[in-house]
Amino acid sequence: MNVPEEQDASNAPADAVTDPAGAARAEGGHGAVPVAGVPAGSPVPTPASRRDWPLWEVFVRGRRGLSHTHVGSLHAPDATMALRNARDLYTRRQEGVSLWVVPAAAITASSPDERDPFFAPAADKAYRHPTFYDVPEGVQHL
Amino acid sequence: MSTPTPVASSAPAAPAAGGESAADAAVATYLLRLADDALVLGQRLGAQLTRAPQLEEDVALANIALDLLGQAQPLLARAGQLEGRGRDEDALAFTRDEREFLNCQLVEQPDGDFAETVVRQLFFSTYQLLLLQRLVDSADEVLAGVAAKGVKEVAYHRDHAVQWVLRLGDGTEESHRRVQAALQRLWPFVGELFETDDLVRDLVERGVATDPAQLRAAWDADIDAVLTEATLQRPTARRTATGGRRGEHTECFGYLLAEMQHLHRSHPGATW
Repeated sequence: MNVPEEQDASNAPADAVTDPAGAARAEGGHGAVPVAGVPAGSPVPTPASRRDWPLWEVFVRGRRGLSHTHVGSLHAPDATMALRNARDLYTRRQEGVSLWVVPAAAITASSPDERDPFFAPAADKAYRHPTFYDVPEGVQHL
Repeated sequence: MSTPTPVASSAPAAPAAGGESAADAAVATYLLRLADDALVLGQRLGAQLTRAPQLEEDVALANIALDLLGQAQPLLARAGQLEGRGRDEDALAFTRDEREFLNCQLVEQPDGDFAETVVRQLFFSTYQLLLLQRLVDSADEVLAGVAAKGVKEVAYHRDHAVQWVLRLGDGTEESHRRVQAALQRLWPFVGELFETDDLVRDLVERGVATDPAQLRAAWDADIDAVLTEATLQRPTARRTATGGRRGEHTECFGYLLAEMQHLHRSHPGATW
């Protein structure tokens, strides 16, 4: 999964593409991990060169009843085009019945630095898993 | 280089009536026109792979190209069958000469820039959608089947083109200028889409074809709506190209065919 890491949208300048380093990294796409400074989807497309196209994260619902699952990312000038690009890139082989696109900058992700405080304490708490009682016969969807 | 070169029509585009009847030959010719439109435009779009503004757009154009190829294949196969000269879809696609191709001249026009790719797609898909919507009732079962499948595909092709024309037209000064120039350059090739002739009129009576002339009003309305929203001017035609349906093509077409056919001609029957 390539959920954006090290994302710090609040500090990212909106016109980060003027920063040469940021602009170069913004060429990731297709699962590349975006870094701070990647220009992300703004409601109003700015007149821009190809390099300025913001990054979008794509979620596909495989079929009715399932939830949308993250499948990757892409560049597009705006939300409408992002949806169409997602259709062409991620549902060519009938993978889905519904698509979401989300500006990558709208995602607040946990930081690798916070990994231990966030996730390690769960490791030794086996009682959080439903393993200490019997599931009655006939219980569905558990 | 885009100037059509009308040549005296000496090469009869219609195949000799080697099939069951002259009626079959007429249907075969009509199917070749439709198939060649799709085949040639598919070739043009396929050649844009790696040349679009973004990787995402590469894939979008390639998807459209593959849709068109998928439409051309059964139509060519059916045309070959009706023609009765033992030519399958590959023989028709890869061994016919320039004068035997019956596509309209619009689809063979080169991609001067991305705006031309998009405008050509807008013009053609708007026309093709109107056409296929009527051909779903064709008396020819293969044609009706291709039309039924194609309607959904082409609706997307058109939507893709519309989205781009809106953004380019109402985008930057430069994108507006380019798309307006593309409209102007390709406008002379619009008239040919709606040409009708005796062959089509005859097939309309037999329920096989639909009269393209009757699509023009709807096409104009659809295009005008897009151009208005995109803040673009409807171009004026200084001249109208014609002749594609009789095998007359523009200069660029020979190069397209050479690229499309050279592998098959160099290595007949090559597969992979």
